[in-house]
Amino acid sequence: MRITLHVNGVPRSAEAEPRVLLSDFLRGELGLPGTHVGCEHGVCGACTVLLDDRPVRSCLMLAATADGHHVTTVEGLAEEAALSPVQQAFGECHGLQCGFCTPGFLTTVTAFLEAHPKPTDEEILDAVSGNLCRCTGYQNIVKAVRRASELMES
Amino acid sequence: MKPPQFGYTAAADLDEALEALAATGGKVLAGGQSLIPLLNMRLADPGHLVDINRIPALDAVAAQADGVRVGALARHFQALESDEAAAVQPLLRQALRHVAHPAIRNRGTVVGSIVHADPAAELPAVLALTGGTVTLRGREGERALSAEEFFLGPMESAIGPAEIAREVFFPALPERSGTAFHELARRKGDFAMAGAAALVTLDADLACTAARLVCVGTGAVPEVIDLSGLCRGWLSTSDWSAAAEAVRERIEPEDDIHATADYRRHLAGVLAARALSEAAANAEARA
Repeated sequence: MRITLHVNGVPRSAEAEPRVLLSDFLRGELGLPGTHVGCEHGVCGACTVLLDDRPVRSCLMLAATADGHHVTTVEGLAEEAALSPVQQAFGECHGLQCGFCTPGFLTTVTAFLEAHPKPTDEEILDAVSGNLCRCTGYQNIVKAVRRASELMES
Repeated sequence: MKPPQFGYTAAADLDEALEALAATGGKVLAGGQSLIPLLNMRLADPGHLVDINRIPALDAVAAQADGVRVGALARHFQALESDEAAAVQPLLRQALRHVAHPAIRNRGTVVGSIVHADPAAELPAVLALTGGTVTLRGREGERALSAEEFFLGPMESAIGPAEIAREVFFPALPERSGTAFHELARRKGDFAMAGAAALVTLDADLACTAARLVCVGTGAVPEVIDLSGLCRGWLSTSDWSAAAEAVRERIEPEDDIHATADYRRHLAGVLAARALSEAAANAEARA
């Protein structure tokens, strides 16, 4: 079947079987490998993208169900050549090491800070509780979220 | 970790969805947060999926004086964020806070969670404790079932193969009543090792006249435990530990890799006492 998504503001269309997951459609059919595929059953959060501006697991959604919707992947976060405030903060605060989980954190945190521009630490922990990172121990990720909040304010 | 092949119908309305279900013997796809993991792990192979995500007007969370009606496509976050729903039946928000993670709550549906009938999930307990109903639509019409009629066993409900759960109704909180929900999971958002939802009603002197409780993750189906006899006359500040003991005697938890049956029984008692006294305090605050 023909599936058309608005990905990072651009209409993109490809053929896919109904069983193709949104994660695989983005990576395989649309050539956007920034969305990482980890556990493929909704636990790790690496594949998180924004569907109509809300974070969702792209491994728990059929591309067919997403037909006609707006999807933002990690590739769509940077503004022109400049990193987004969230991306910049993760770099500054060492909020990543191997980087596998990072696309999921960046999309999750981008949507979270839109809704909660001045979060408490408790709100930050709740917001990232669905994203697993096996490298950082999360301390620097929480710092990065705080830093991104500062950058977005200024 | 990819779904098996299946036929696919993106239904435009309920009638088309019901026709497709009857013709194919397939499964309904709504939020997909339980069904798609089962497909990815090949634990389910339904042959055909009827996607109801494009059916309009199924996504309402309607709070009225008599209760909260939640449509088949209302996502967890909609019910969680609705101040109107929380005012009419506060247990809904208290329980939804514990459902998975924000990204799952953005897609998963309240009705889907109930139809999935996982005894470790929060919302089946809410339906049972509030005395709510599930409205099932078939080609011949609709029927409304209570939690007791609906939940038959773990992951097993009374929904027919060609029926769609169109709506769930959670009755409003009665006067001078309060609710609370407590659970414990090893990691935030995981399925709880045990949990307890409580509903307590007070008299004019703020003493308990009715106390009911449903445990999560400790039995095959959500079962309402009526502790009104035991707890009559208790205050929110009373020692509720005798209720914890009574709950431990009623439930039949099982061992698994996350916790032993004994530990679950102990935990359910602790959480039950906490939920009951907090529900009594919440009832006081509303009185």
